[in-house]
Amino acid sequence: MQLGFLVDLHLCMGCKGCEIACKVENEVPLSTWRLRVKYVDVGTFPETKRTFTPLRCNHCENAPCERICPVSALHYLDNGIVNIDKERCIGCAGCVMACPYGAIYIDPQTQTADKCTYCAHRVASSMMPACVVACPVQANIFGDLDDPTSNISKYIQSNQGNVQVRKPEKGTNPHHYYVGGGNVTLNPLASQRIEGHSLFNKITTLPVGGHH
Amino acid sequence: MAAHEILAATNAVVTLDVALPGTVWPWLVTVNMWAKSIGTGVIFMLFMLLKRYPDQVGKLRFPTIVASIIFIHIFLLFTLADLHQPLRMWHIFFYPHITSAITVGAWMATAFVGLLFLLAFLSFVKKDNAAFDKILPWVVALAIPVTLYTAGLMSQCTARELWQMPTESAQMIFAALLSGSAFMLLLGGGKLNWDAQKSLANILALSAFMSFVLYMSEYIFGPMKAEEVAAVLEYIKGDGPYTSMFWIGQWVAYLLPMLLIVISRVSKSESILKLAAILALAGLWVVKHVWLMIPQLLPMS
Repeated sequence: MQLGFLVDLHLCMGCKGCEIACKVENEVPLSTWRLRVKYVDVGTFPETKRTFTPLRCNHCENAPCERICPVSALHYLDNGIVNIDKERCIGCAGCVMACPYGAIYIDPQTQTADKCTYCAHRVASSMMPACVVACPVQANIFGDLDDPTSNISKYIQSNQGNVQVRKPEKGTNPHHYYVGGGNVTLNPLASQRIEGHSLFNKITTLPVGGHH
Repeated sequence: MAAHEILAATNAVVTLDVALPGTVWPWLVTVNMWAKSIGTGVIFMLFMLLKRYPDQVGKLRFPTIVASIIFIHIFLLFTLADLHQPLRMWHIFFYPHITSAITVGAWMATAFVGLLFLLAFLSFVKKDNAAFDKILPWVVALAIPVTLYTAGLMSQCTARELWQMPTESAQMIFAALLSGSAFMLLLGGGKLNWDAQKSLANILALSAFMSFVLYMSEYIFGPMKAEEVAAVLEYIKGDGPYTSMFWIGQWVAYLLPMLLIVISRVSKSESILKLAAILALAGLWVVKHVWLMIPQLLPMS
């Protein structure tokens, strides 16, 4: 079994329901996110549009975070999920530095690394991840990539040529796919970040201890 | 950032992305790398001096080992201070994950410290220089991977394209040679004859030159290979936030010491050599700090 995720960006409307569901399900502290939706505005007025890209851990086949973790706190589950053992984590932040997707953070409450686990605890009980359940337009598709009859496999087959991953050049082989993505949505270097030009300019950031 | 990559046609602007808080590895990690360079570098220099100037170095065995122990402990202390869960450090020894450079480095650094204490014992308590000199080559051999493991760690940071293994390992070795020779010039100045000091100065100048060449190669040619490297190097170009610090580091760590060493060769001045050594040690911290910080400024999403 190899669990994977696919987001159809044609369908996503940026409601952030997935973000909230994830926060609630996993008790993600203030100022940190396991899953977040990035907005990128494209074009020049009046020809403009807003794109939405949900970003979470890519559960890579060749995960740099798993490789760099000195104590195996980050580890693979049999179903392909890259899971984290917060009790074992020493908080070296090597995984945060290694992840090319910025998907790992230091939890300000536990002072350990944390990230999306595809809701491994729910999956173990045969439930869908919280974000999948919350999505009002079924833009999140989750399932077994090894099973050609699963929804995700069929979706990938029916969208051949329009399925992308983030930063394929890193060689991480992500198990998280996008349909309808493009350079602007998936490449962080393809858009500007203008200071003070964000919908939320004053985001509270909790200290994560020491001088960090 | 990276305006060169952004198409005017798309005029794409990120209007909402709660990117994760900035610096993950702060100045504590800079001190870690800096102190480790000195701690291993002085061992390399002691070995070289014992081979080339055995009559000069007799009294430097114990002070050099003490210096190495002090700087390796600074390195270990700051490594520990940088952990968010320092009390769980023992997990590295009881739940080791050997694909991680951190694990391998921790094991080797521990063995290195053990050998340093053995050398201190042989030198100070037993006064057995013959045994000291027999064990020293093994300590030198271990000092090489202890110096290099941080390069391995940086290269395992897949997200930070700037840190590539061949370059980083070369930088680490040159940093150890530079700081080791600089520290030995300060530690053993009066006890070493001019020839021995010249040898140390040559090593300092050559490692400074090679380090400078590596940084300039990265600065000029790095952006031609990878867009992430190009974007990161924007932080040390033009009015980038680390431009001044980068050039201060290059001048203080490499260019001025090289110049001062040339002058000292003409004037045979020990004071100028010592000034070059102090500048090299101070500048190395700045250089390492800039290189540690700039990749962390780039948004990953």
